[in-house]
Amino acid sequence: MITLPLALEDGIRTHSELEYPYESCGLVLGNFENGVKVGKELYRLGNTRESEAKRTRFEIDPSEMVRGELYARRNGLDVVGIYHSHPDHPSVPSEFDRSHAWPGYSYLILSVGHGFSVRLQSWELDPETKQFEEEKLVLNS
Amino acid sequence: MAVSVLVPTALRNFTEGNSSISVTASTVQEAIDQIIEIYPSLKKNLINDEGKLRNFVNLYIGENDIRHLEGVNTPIADGESLLIVPSIAGGSHGK
Repeated sequence: MITLPLALEDGIRTHSELEYPYESCGLVLGNFENGVKVGKELYRLGNTRESEAKRTRFEIDPSEMVRGELYARRNGLDVVGIYHSHPDHPSVPSEFDRSHAWPGYSYLILSVGHGFSVRLQSWELDPETKQFEEEKLVLNS
Repeated sequence: MAVSVLVPTALRNFTEGNSSISVTASTVQEAIDQIIEIYPSLKKNLINDEGKLRNFVNLYIGENDIRHLEGVNTPIADGESLLIVPSIAGGSHGK
């Protein structure tokens, strides 16, 4: 399970609408508390794929990932999740998402239709089956 | 030399949940060898069948990618941190 303040959910929606028709991406920083991922801050990142590919793909520059990791650690946080958008596509992981996923993180996917954010879902890779399973996402104020 | 290896969330299943491992090493290779000795299941996640660093794994000293330094032979100074960074990608369509 992952919990997110409404302000963070709004941040993912705003970022993803701004990036439309391209995929947005970023980190959810927070803590692991009693087996629950508690999101506390967003860390926006750039999608480094070339312009047309960005419509259906995202990639994070490892050096940006490093800065995110180090920023999190300096502030007593962890990278608990990775978010990205699916422009004009459901908020369900693709085979490409699955084959590039790591266990441990929440993968938050936001569908964006015609420029407007629609549905946000969270997914987690099962380390045994290597398949995504939907994860409970709790929004709080 | 005392070095901290910083473990990302993605690999903590293999380090009993530890986010940082202290080792004594003077190069990246020594640090990697030591963390694999402590946590053997890390090996398949870091090293490929040819004994080289996996493509989807990046190693940084501070904000410097070791691939742009001396690779696994890059020296590490006392007190420095070696950060393991997973490559992150995805997308809505296809395989």
